[in-house]
Amino acid sequence: MYPVLSNEQLAPDVHRLWIEAPHVIRKRRPGQFAILRISADGERIPLTIADVDHARGALAVIVQGVGKTTRQLNRMAPGTAVLDVAGPLGRPTDIHPGSRTCCIGGGIGAAVVYPIATGVKAQGGYVVTILGARSRDLVILEDDLSRVSDHLVVTTDDGSYGRHGLVTDALKALLDEGAVFDEVVAVGPLPMMRAVCEVTRPIGLRTVVSLNPVMVDGTGMCGGCRVQIGGEQKFVCVDGPEFDGHQVDFDELASRLRAYREQEQEAAARYDEECASADMWAV
Amino acid sequence: MAKKITQKTKTPMPCRDAEERSHSFEEVSLGYTLEDARREAERCIECKNQPCIAGCPVEIDIPAFVKAVADGDLTRAFVVLSEKNLLPAICGRVCPQEEQCEKVCTIGRKFEPVAIGRLERFVADWAAAQGLEAEGVRVAPTDKKVAIIGSGPAGLTAAADLARRGHQVTVFEALHEPGGVLIYGIPEFRLPKSIVAREVHALERLGVEIKTNHVIGRTFTIDELFTELGYEAVFVATGAGLPYFPNIPGVNLVGVYSANEYLTRSNLMKAYRFPESDTPMIRAANVAVIGGGNTAMDAVRSAKRLGAEHAYLIYRRSRDEMPARKEEVEHAEEEGIEFLLLASPTEILGNERGRVTTIRCQRMALGEPDASGRRSPKPIPGDTFDLAVEVVVFAVGQGANPLISSTTPDLHVNKWGNIIADPETGATEKKGVFAGGDIVSGGATVISAMGAGRRAARAIDSYLAQGMTDGA
Ligand SMILES: Cc1cc2nc3c(=O)[nH]c(=O)nc-3n(C[C@H](O)[C@H](O)[C@H](O)COP(=O)(O)OP(=O)(O)OC[C@H]3O[C@@H](n4cnc5c(N)ncnc54)[C@H](O)[C@@H]3O)c2cc1C
Ligand SMILES: Cc1cc2nc3c(=O)[nH]c(=O)nc-3n(C[C@H](O)[C@H](O)[C@H](O)COP(=O)(O)OP(=O)(O)OC[C@H]3O[C@@H](n4cnc5c(N)ncnc54)[C@H](O)[C@@H]3O)c2cc1C
Ligand code: SF4
Ligand code: SF4
Ligand code: FES
Repeated sequence: MYPVLSNEQLAPDVHRLWIEAPHVIRKRRPGQFAILRISADGERIPLTIADVDHARGALAVIVQGVGKTTRQLNRMAPGTAVLDVAGPLGRPTDIHPGSRTCCIGGGIGAAVVYPIATGVKAQGGYVVTILGARSRDLVILEDDLSRVSDHLVVTTDDGSYGRHGLVTDALKALLDEGAVFDEVVAVGPLPMMRAVCEVTRPIGLRTVVSLNPVMVDGTGMCGGCRVQIGGEQKFVCVDGPEFDGHQVDFDELASRLRAYREQEQEAAARYDEECASADMWAV
Repeated sequence: MAKKITQKTKTPMPCRDAEERSHSFEEVSLGYTLEDARREAERCIECKNQPCIAGCPVEIDIPAFVKAVADGDLTRAFVVLSEKNLLPAICGRVCPQEEQCEKVCTIGRKFEPVAIGRLERFVADWAAAQGLEAEGVRVAPTDKKVAIIGSGPAGLTAAADLARRGHQVTVFEALHEPGGVLIYGIPEFRLPKSIVAREVHALERLGVEIKTNHVIGRTFTIDELFTELGYEAVFVATGAGLPYFPNIPGVNLVGVYSANEYLTRSNLMKAYRFPESDTPMIRAANVAVIGGGNTAMDAVRSAKRLGAEHAYLIYRRSRDEMPARKEEVEHAEEEGIEFLLLASPTEILGNERGRVTTIRCQRMALGEPDASGRRSPKPIPGDTFDLAVEVVVFAVGQGANPLISSTTPDLHVNKWGNIIADPETGATEKKGVFAGGDIVSGGATVISAMGAGRRAARAIDSYLAQGMTDGA
């Protein structure tokens, strides 16, 4: 069992949990993730290790409640525990010391970009971060990201906070102003990552994206996380999760992410019903 | 030859009704009664050469244990079995006996061989019901720490043998449950998970520590096991966990699975109980499984149990060449699995949502025998057919998972990625590191993996005793 040390809400449906898992953090490097399972009938879900605290032997995950397991996790109180945490999994981010990097996080992607930006900064890099969200209340990790960034731009789709517009608008503006980057790291919803790649492709600006296919084991055993990268088959859990965005077949990944849509909705609806009745009793 | 043969065929195995079981994950074979077992054991003529012993990869004294069953002395039978085999309840169920012990049985030349596997299972189940445990010599504890990577049959066997020799053994397992293929691959209806759990508990009682959720190569590298955690020897038993997909159009459509994923979702993650369990899988009315081995058979029979109206098995050779255990092929047929033999997929077609709708196959004919001695399939030009399916499962073999080899530069692998190790001792070229089971041999059998674990345990024991002077 892996105790939950704290659970803090960052935005509606987004929580940061610190979980004790000393074996997972000992060797962890930026870009890596863990696989968690809450209870005996639970699903194994991959989550980026957003931060580590060696003194407490704990890792932080930042979780968006999109389905049953993530919502369940977000309701876990300090003092409870998850059944399994495995990791660290995936290849660490390939950080080039001193590189000028534009880190772009859209929505929950900020949770994945944060450790990468931290790593780039620690290696003497120059970090410009673009943090995007649909609206003001969904902006997460602004303080954390601003600490590890030399320059931070916040954008919201509806203009309720920061710059009005999409992250790609902010990126184009920076480039137009003459900003020079060695590379871009973009993490967020697939359409966002794809749009960033379309901005950087024509100018040949290396762009790394972090992919989030459905996973089971996380060790390269099942092949469920396979994606096409430059026409070659790769397993995201062992070969990734970061890849050259210009080589990714986003269409295929998008359709594979929808594989269990109906079952997921069924599970989430049942869970919400259970929660609703549990809450009713709690009153 | 002292005895005359009275019964030409094996005593039949009581089984659940085929129609009932094709909807259920309960174990298919029910096991012999004492009466069945004694009747079957009487069939052994105690022949002089006893070829069956050499036919068993761990050389169980088969005539002795069979004789004990015939005499009704099941305790003795169990003692004889456990001298050589740590997991008889498992091997009795899953060994390809027709290729091993039973293949060479003397009476099998004229009639059906003695049902050695069924007798082994009977004795093991009886012993478990009595709470009997393999004795095994236990010696005074040493202060030597050994790490085993992987908790499949190779790792479990090596762990038990080393613990009995007094060493401090830790098993590192990547998944959340120990057992390897026995847990995530072979389904409940063929090998109840409670049996695997029982063996794992027995191991824990021997003092073996099992650390799940530890992915070696990531959580720790092999070098770190030595330098930071103080292990003095390491046994790599990580199995053949790398699925192959054929290079045909459509393999990444939604609904295409590797058998590993399909079976892991169903067995390890209990997707067959969704939504009580949280892991989903696509429930389809029409499922095609490609392959002819045990893995294919397990996948296609699972598909039927998961509700498929049509569960097809597509295999490129004919029935005779199927590598699966004969009993499984028969059970599959009884359960209504539709065999499409001499056919091979060339393309998978999908709809606008990227989901599988059709599998296109090429019909084959058998040509000359190939290197494996089996007649090799050749396409019949122009002869293709389409089959409407929503799920396709590939069970066309496994490669070696590179997680360990890619993080251990001085551990050498062959061109297929399998770790190079001495077949007698499991020693690799890296000092203190031994390897065995499917990661060395490529996909093989439970009993051969156990044999490798046992040989490696012996070698590790003497390596530790020699004060680790003699490396590879
Ligand atoms: C390497 C990696 C790192 C990740 N890091 C994080 C993270 O730091 N924080 C975080 O909140 N999420 C992260 N994810 C996504 C997270 O794993 C999924 O949101 C989670 O598995 C959904 O589980 P569920 O049971 O709650 O929802 P489900 O019921 O499984 O799904 C609900 C909805 O989420 C979608 N979905 C399912 N799986 C994924 C997936 N893997 N990625 C995106 N959408 C998915 C479904 O299509 C569906 O619409 C990561 C995924 C990967 C592969
Ligand atoms: C579906 C299926 C059906 C089969 N049916 C039969 C049958 O009927 N009869 C028969 O004799 N054989 C059968 N086999 C073959 C048999 O199961 C294998 O030959 C045998 O299990 C190999 O044992 P092993 O110990 O080498 O590896 P495995 O059983 O594969 O176990 C390896 C273990 O190592 C773990 N691991 C891998 N990498 C790491 C890592 N980096 N760190 C930590 N842990 C790791 C894995 O998670 C796994 O638990 C079948 C195989 C399959 C897939
Ligand atoms: S272990 Fe397997 S090969 Fe050996 S006797 Fe038992 S069934 Fe036969
Ligand atoms: S070969 Fe057959 S008949 Fe001979 S001892 Fe073995 S089991 Fe008995
Ligand atoms: S999650 Fe199974 S291979 Fe990547």
